[in-house]
Amino acid sequence: MTDVVMPQMGESIVEGTLTKWLKKPGEHVERDEPLFEISTDKVDTEIPSPAAGTLSEVMVEEGKTVGINTVVARIEENGASAAATAPPAQAAAAPAAAPPAPAPVESAAAEPPPFVEAPAPPQPAVEEPAPAAEPAGPLSPLVRKLARENNIDLSRVKGTGAGGRITKQDVEGYMAQRPVAAAAAPAPSPATPAPAPRIAASPAAAPLAPTHPAKTRVEPLSTMRIKIAEHMVLSKRTSAHVTTIHRVDMTAVAKMRERNKAAFQANYGFNLTYLPFITRAVVVALRQFPLLNASLDGNNIIYHNEINIGIAVALENGLIVPVIRGADEKNVLGLQRAVVDLAARARSRQLKPDEVLGGTFSITNFGSFGSLVGTPIINQPQVAILGVGTVDKTPVVINDAIAIRSICHLSLSFDHRLIDGALADQFMSKVKQVLEGWTEEVQ
Amino acid sequence: MDYASALELQRRLVTQRQQGAIDDQLLLVEHPHVVTLGRNGHRENLLASDEILERAGVAFHPTDRGGDITYHGPGQLVGYPILDLRQWKRDVGAYVRAIEETLIATLAGFGIAAGRIPKLTGVWVDGRKIAAIGVHISRWVTSHGFALNVSTDLSYFQYIVPCGLTKPVTSMAALGVRATLEEVGYVLAAHFGRVFDFELPLVAPALAGARKREPI
Repeated sequence: MTDVVMPQMGESIVEGTLTKWLKKPGEHVERDEPLFEISTDKVDTEIPSPAAGTLSEVMVEEGKTVGINTVVARIEENGASAAATAPPAQAAAAPAAAPPAPAPVESAAAEPPPFVEAPAPPQPAVEEPAPAAEPAGPLSPLVRKLARENNIDLSRVKGTGAGGRITKQDVEGYMAQRPVAAAAAPAPSPATPAPAPRIAASPAAAPLAPTHPAKTRVEPLSTMRIKIAEHMVLSKRTSAHVTTIHRVDMTAVAKMRERNKAAFQANYGFNLTYLPFITRAVVVALRQFPLLNASLDGNNIIYHNEINIGIAVALENGLIVPVIRGADEKNVLGLQRAVVDLAARARSRQLKPDEVLGGTFSITNFGSFGSLVGTPIINQPQVAILGVGTVDKTPVVINDAIAIRSICHLSLSFDHRLIDGALADQFMSKVKQVLEGWTEEVQ
Repeated sequence: MDYASALELQRRLVTQRQQGAIDDQLLLVEHPHVVTLGRNGHRENLLASDEILERAGVAFHPTDRGGDITYHGPGQLVGYPILDLRQWKRDVGAYVRAIEETLIATLAGFGIAAGRIPKLTGVWVDGRKIAAIGVHISRWVTSHGFALNVSTDLSYFQYIVPCGLTKPVTSMAALGVRATLEEVGYVLAAHFGRVFDFELPLVAPALAGARKREPI
């Protein structure tokens, strides 16, 4: 015989209303099958049966409100009616076998205290070898990340969440206290801003004063926006940015593109754009000038043997720079395929984390939004980034005659700590030379 | 999205969430005119007859959430979080308070000082209800959720006694805030992420509407 009890649904909840029996006395019920419903303050909850068997007795009728851990029914395990007289030891084994639901309490064993702690949630197996001082209770990924990034020993943080669990607010609170500990002014200075970025008003006990129509609205930044902001400022602070701009005649590329456009669409199902041509030219130039494919680490230059090109992709409310690995091993077709694939998966947010890492040089194509010229910010720890302006038919002077050519402005932002203007312009001249004299077949 | 479709979608997601096949979800939708009655609701709180409702173009739908009767319709931001509370806190009371906190913070972002009234779940401004909450839980997975009046035509509430309470209702528009459901949805999703400790990859895509971009 298993007792079915009113489960504990939360720290603040001491009773619940039994609103509906989903089984009638005498009916069979499977373990974990919904047995009854309870209602607590605007929340309806289906309660699964703690055991399989026959619903032998219903002690609480629909509509009654009872305290948690009150026995509401009994289930007779299948097998025999003799089970009713089975030794108590047998029945006592049942609760342990039903972990998902709050375990039933043996009502025979004295009166249950009014506040019996709900059984601890089944602990997920510890995923990583935990340091000795790992606090009890599950930690959310956000809390782990926060602790890691700020080098916090979580065993020193007091948890205020359910079951002493550490919440984000606890960590933030701990961080806010930490630095002032040394100075330890007895009273916090009124000028000090509140430690945690809490925007929410505290629960108001009473109706509030009438409001005024707002002239502004306050919106928290998305995680992506915060990361972009941090990265941009970090880059500006790190590198000595200089931008050089070259005008490139894309007519040869435009012709090649025109010739292959339909075949690309038919054979591969995607467009042929200017970007893979430019990427290909950049790869050729990077081979010749490896300093542009390097990083600066203190007083050392790190030359990258791989050429991994980051391609900036605009998203609804941000941007991401997925990486074409081994870009020097791909022809125009391979590069176009990689660009289409990475951009599509970036926009549907299906990039794997390592697909945005390991870039050695980046390209940003603001020309697709109509920009002629831009001065991009270097994607750290790289040392240069190429900005691609829009390709327009433009009258230009060739051999003292005016001709109509497809013209594009390419801008290179480079880190002047490592690269001087002469080298940057040699690099750009190489890119220009490859594009203007394009002969390579694309597929 | 009509109410029945949203209900069906939620049922599917709840099952998948219970099986661990998907992560936690937040659905943000707008319904056509509909009056819904919670499992423990009282039909007498529906003030209008079936004919009057029909003439006003308002559907009626009994449902399995907590709470009494309520109205959904155009201009109302309806949120259906499908969360496994075992991954958060096993506490339905804390869950409802966290939904309230999300709504209060969202409204604060638009300059509206909203708050709680003890024992009256929901979010209130100056004694008027601006957002209603009603939740269903099955194996610790939540469904149903909340409804925030952004620019709701409040006259439709005359057909019911909202949640069985004879308290007035209000909306963001009635308080002088002009905002679209999309704007409010973005703000709300961001606060929801903060309150429930999510790193939000999903920012209300249903409302955002994918804009077509030039191929690169």
